[in-house]
Amino acid sequence: MKTNSVERKYVMPGDVVIEGDHNPLANVIKSGNKIISTKIGMAEISYNGVRVIPLNGTYIPRIDDVVIGKVADMNGFAWEIDINSWFFGILTGSAVFGRQFSSSRDSMKSQFNKGECLIAKILSFDRTRDPLISVSGPGLGKINEGEITYITSSKIPRVIGKKGAMIKLIEENTGCRMTIGQNGAILLKGTDEARTKARNAVKLIGNQAHISDLNDKVISLISK
Amino acid sequence: MSKNKIERISGRAPDELRNVSIKAGVIKNADGSALIEFGKNKIMAAVFGPKEVHPKHMMVSDRAIIKCRYHMMPFSTDTRKRPNISRREIEISKVIREAVQPAIIMEDYPRTAIEIYIEILQSDGGSRCAAINAASTALADAGINMRDLVTACAAGKVDGQVVLDVDDTEDKTGEADMPIALLPNTGLITLFQLDGNLSKEEFDKALELAKIGCDKLYKLQRDALSEKYFDGKNGNKEE
Repeated sequence: MKTNSVERKYVMPGDVVIEGDHNPLANVIKSGNKIISTKIGMAEISYNGVRVIPLNGTYIPRIDDVVIGKVADMNGFAWEIDINSWFFGILTGSAVFGRQFSSSRDSMKSQFNKGECLIAKILSFDRTRDPLISVSGPGLGKINEGEITYITSSKIPRVIGKKGAMIKLIEENTGCRMTIGQNGAILLKGTDEARTKARNAVKLIGNQAHISDLNDKVISLISK
Repeated sequence: MSKNKIERISGRAPDELRNVSIKAGVIKNADGSALIEFGKNKIMAAVFGPKEVHPKHMMVSDRAIIKCRYHMMPFSTDTRKRPNISRREIEISKVIREAVQPAIIMEDYPRTAIEIYIEILQSDGGSRCAAINAASTALADAGINMRDLVTACAAGKVDGQVVLDVDDTEDKTGEADMPIALLPNTGLITLFQLDGNLSKEEFDKALELAKIGCDKLYKLQRDALSEKYFDGKNGNKEE
């Protein structure tokens, strides 16, 4: 039965989410007539299909995702960026210096050094090659100030909230600027007090992402 | 229990498990972990990954590989065990790997390795079954795509009687020990071993008993995971 409403329930690997003709969207497999969950999380059954919002797991890069990473290694041609996934993101020299990039003429160290953090975008990833990333675009590039806090990447949608409601709520109430990387890294900018408050709010969302009245809890935590 | 049946050394009924408790997420540095206490067995399982494969030549381009290490601590047995990986441990590592492999959707993680480390802190009989239970809970805790959890339990024959969950003393004095592992939702068997001899009838009974044991352990695995993720809510299926 297809309905417009969204049903939610807790599932574990192997659980039958629903039986019948449904469209498997994410973290589910179809076995005969059954839709089976493959992760621990919240199952959502909607008109479009069935998906499981996972409560854990590693970040899988997707094209056009904005991620926050750290330079793990570099050579004459490219930087290897730790993007909190199972492969390093590759930032090539030509993606930074342009087409005329020459490894003998341009100094890689003038742009990014080992240990420096940056905001980047995933250019391509197809699971057969390491993800290629780029720093050209508005808001992308080296991070000069702020602190980075981490959360499970599957909980990032809860941090953002419906149409950015949650992030707006945290920013307005703490005075801390937040930049969210889809890989689970969140950049916080602001005063010490503002950052502490925002960090605690993010931590709360990380621990209680499955709870429905998250907004109220975050408000009460911030206003303490 | 009827009168003509011989009582077990541990005082358990023939279809009674040892006391089992499972806890998920006990190790902070691992992606997923579980601690199982299965009678006197104390076993810790930690899962890392998916991560890059080292050495690189072991990488498979269209799926993940699974590395599994079953290891007994030197103090896990009554006489000190040498800490080197023994022949027996290599075998059990392989057996556990092959038991959990059918549950993992390896095609979702090409060119990666999923590492399972199992440490026996204290050993009693049936440690491979307990280890499989812990490993599968840890895998689910690590958020790896799985078709199902894996549950394992042994049945055997002691003093001519078919019993569930053979412990160390029973294993040494008994006639047969049959550990099995299965995917509880589909009933597919992923591990099947049998030491000793069983007649056809005894075998059927032992298999049935082991499946009952697996059902009980499956509930405990779900409880452990729901305790961590859902505050204990919806641990067991309502239907």
